[in-house]
Amino acid sequence: MDTSSFILQQIVNAIFLGSIYALIALGYTMVYGIIELINFAHGELFTAGAFIGVIVLTGLQSFGFVESHFVISMFIVFGLAMAYVAVLGVAVEHVAYKPLRDSSRLAALLSALGMSIFLSNGMMLSQGVSDRAYPPVFGVEGINIGGAIITNGQIFIVLLAVAMMIALQLFVHRTRLGKAMRATAQNRTMARMLGIDIDQTIRITFMIGPALGAAAGVMVGLHYGAVRFDMGFIFMIKAFAAAILGGIGSIPGAMIGGLIIGGIEVFWAAFLPSAWKDVTTFTVLILVLYLKPSGLLGESESEVRV
Amino acid sequence: MNKPPLLQLKDVHTFYDNIHALKGISLSAPQGAIVCLIGANGAGKSTTLMTICGVEPSRQGEIIFDGQPIHGLRPEQITSRGIAQSPEGRQIFPRMSVFENLEMGAFLRKDKEGIQNDMDWVFNLFPVLKDRIGQLGGTLSGGEQQMLAIGRALMARPKLLLLDEPSLGLAPKMVEKIFETIIEINQKSGTTIFLVEQNAQMALSISSLGFVMETGRIVISDKASALLENERVKKAYLGE
Amino acid sequence: MVRQELKKLVIYSFFLAIIITPMVGFKNADFDAVRVLQTLAVLIGILVLNLIVKLVRSKRPQRAPGYKAWTERARERIELIPKLYTLGGLILITAVFPVFADNYMIDVAITCLIYITLGLGLNIVVGLCGLLDLGYIAFYAVGAYTYSLLNLKLGLSFWAALPIGVVLGMTCGCIIGYPTLKMRGDYLAIVTLGFGEIIRLVLNNWDSLTAGPNGLFGMQRAALYYPTIQEGGLNWAIYNIKSLPSLYYFIYVIVILTIIGVRRLDNSRIGRAWVAIREDETAAELSGVPTTWIKLLAYALGAGFASVAGAFFAAKLSYTNPNFFLFMESCIVLCIVVLGGVGSIPGIVVAGIVLIAAPEIFRGLESYRMLAFGAIMTIMMILKPEGLIPAKRLKRELVETQANE
Repeated sequence: MDTSSFILQQIVNAIFLGSIYALIALGYTMVYGIIELINFAHGELFTAGAFIGVIVLTGLQSFGFVESHFVISMFIVFGLAMAYVAVLGVAVEHVAYKPLRDSSRLAALLSALGMSIFLSNGMMLSQGVSDRAYPPVFGVEGINIGGAIITNGQIFIVLLAVAMMIALQLFVHRTRLGKAMRATAQNRTMARMLGIDIDQTIRITFMIGPALGAAAGVMVGLHYGAVRFDMGFIFMIKAFAAAILGGIGSIPGAMIGGLIIGGIEVFWAAFLPSAWKDVTTFTVLILVLYLKPSGLLGESESEVRV
Repeated sequence: MNKPPLLQLKDVHTFYDNIHALKGISLSAPQGAIVCLIGANGAGKSTTLMTICGVEPSRQGEIIFDGQPIHGLRPEQITSRGIAQSPEGRQIFPRMSVFENLEMGAFLRKDKEGIQNDMDWVFNLFPVLKDRIGQLGGTLSGGEQQMLAIGRALMARPKLLLLDEPSLGLAPKMVEKIFETIIEINQKSGTTIFLVEQNAQMALSISSLGFVMETGRIVISDKASALLENERVKKAYLGE
Repeated sequence: MVRQELKKLVIYSFFLAIIITPMVGFKNADFDAVRVLQTLAVLIGILVLNLIVKLVRSKRPQRAPGYKAWTERARERIELIPKLYTLGGLILITAVFPVFADNYMIDVAITCLIYITLGLGLNIVVGLCGLLDLGYIAFYAVGAYTYSLLNLKLGLSFWAALPIGVVLGMTCGCIIGYPTLKMRGDYLAIVTLGFGEIIRLVLNNWDSLTAGPNGLFGMQRAALYYPTIQEGGLNWAIYNIKSLPSLYYFIYVIVILTIIGVRRLDNSRIGRAWVAIREDETAAELSGVPTTWIKLLAYALGAGFASVAGAFFAAKLSYTNPNFFLFMESCIVLCIVVLGGVGSIPGIVVAGIVLIAAPEIFRGLESYRMLAFGAIMTIMMILKPEGLIPAKRLKRELVETQANE
């Protein structure tokens, strides 16, 4: 493989990884936008999605449905994983966030952190400490562009991720509910005065955000071939870095941030000692928070506060 | 006047944590009238509006609207009964366009045609909003934001319109324009208007009833014309 | 009300079933109905119990004004005993503990004391200053690795290495603290988490210095030197702190010193400044509190205590590796602070004992330990955010607000 196709391959990988980070980051950004709090349990919701994905996929495969109806079975796998995590997301909101809506930030953060620890260990107890293997559904074949190989799986996943982001953008800007969400995020008191049911709006945000994370979880499982109860942790930090980098609260920002973080990671691993790639991502996160906490597309702090 | 008042507050008490903000407010607004509430900063005028809207629920007392008690209802329920507010500080959604801001005002309405008509009417009242239709709310000037806030409240087609300091921070010419529009809204649509103002002269001159508020209590309530002649009001609020 | 609560119970149970069934039922490809039913039975049982408690409470006649719960009465009863006696008694019991306990119990007690030291240190940052630090365990690692490396590479003794470790830990505290000074609570939490992970990854990846995941071993124990008269002259004899009882007394002294230190800090101008920052940073700054320095000081001092604990830990085991310093460890320490009561020294001591010793007593349930920790954290925040034994200062504040009413 010559240098140019090697670089092209890295770009392909970066876009792939970046889309997954972007999907997870969207969940953070949406929840943050509406309640101004980080959803610490997001990483665990992502992992839960991956687990449901493998459970459904294994079930479908056991009677040969995946081979005969590939698209429908993918639809079922993603649909069920997202639906499940949407329910779980609402449960997290109801238990850990809603009772603390008027408390201090510290209390809400600790409560969410407790929820994250609880879910992570609940999954460890129910699904075991070791990897759970995803049945391979995508082969190694793919298309070759200038020496870089894009597998069918990667194409499928990136397309699906992009479709979800477009759908989200349309939902938030075109539908009544989406507008209610934006209004609530921008000025909660005023939104209430206009007749928006805040509780319901927050609940729906806690369905959609985690559901996107769940989709990302299934994608990670499909691509890497395994899930583990604690894999949410590292993805959480990276997706959070992406959300911050793009500007928390901003949906296009989360997408751009995801691509940048994915790019940094892939290229670092390609050219520099790969054991240090996570250190680099964390450093980027800290630098961004220190130097430009509003991110690339985010509103400045003061504006968010208004 | 035989008709029962549209809005009636009876001995309403509101607290912010332990601070007794409203210490037994009683007032009423007749159907179709413009009434105003005047008083100094911190007297509790905005709190009164927020209490009516249910954002700051009262702890004691009754609020009757359109013959029904509304105290204890959630803000969205009160809004659906027909009360809309253009609150203090305008509270425009900064990252939504003018069009979307107006649209949010009609959030609870389902009649598409009616919404369209009302939007045309708002654009008629405030033509400048039509020019800015796609612009983000946060980028408008103060006067434009004020118009947008009033327009947004009108989009709910309320029976009662609560206006909090519509003249605050505006140039004199703009103030005049806003007050003219308030009269127009009241006359054309018959909407009852409850006005909170620091600009007492202006407010009283367009109102039929006036209430004067001091430190959480209504101290004077009378016909607006009488208040304009009241020595105490003149001294404290009209700067004479 | 009963109807409403029952309806809630049914809804919650339904959602629990949705959440539990796939996750617990399909550990393998085959559905395990027994496992699901067991889990559901336990969880719904908890909900039912909660409901019964609620109903019994609501049925009980209204309390007369001035009624106090038994916990409150117990507290007052304890406070009646002169403080000197309670303290003296506690010190006596804990001091003679190793004489009666077996080695296993002493070992558990040592672990408890290490975590209490960590809890007290983190309490400065989270409890007093109100800054959420999720990477606290990194300072523990700094202490452990500093001693290990100085001892192995340069042959420094424990006492020579300890101050270096503390200074290094405090420096790291400042380095982490500095960029976070202007950050809001949740960003701060993520940054500290990131820093903690960076330190762990550096220890894990820097093979040539830290031996990577294999860890370092063979460090000397801490030693005491005492004079003896030997062969005609005054000489120094060495006593290695190696046996469990001696380690117990060592960490015991560390805890006592930490408690004294934190108490004095709490009651000083600095302590009041921390609380001022916790309650309202802007107001604190406006009233002349140099918030930057005071916050950095909180980080540095918190880190300092963790370094001491870390050095002790490395000397005790004579072994250390990066996996001792996982994120979960930070969570455990945080849980101790939360359960005990932010800012409350006795609370943290009690919570440290309960959270570390209890899993040892109920060994069969050990795998549920972190699950319980997570649940405790969330439940405490919802029901009793001030902790089991609220800090005196917090209590005072509550009493004062009531008096204002």
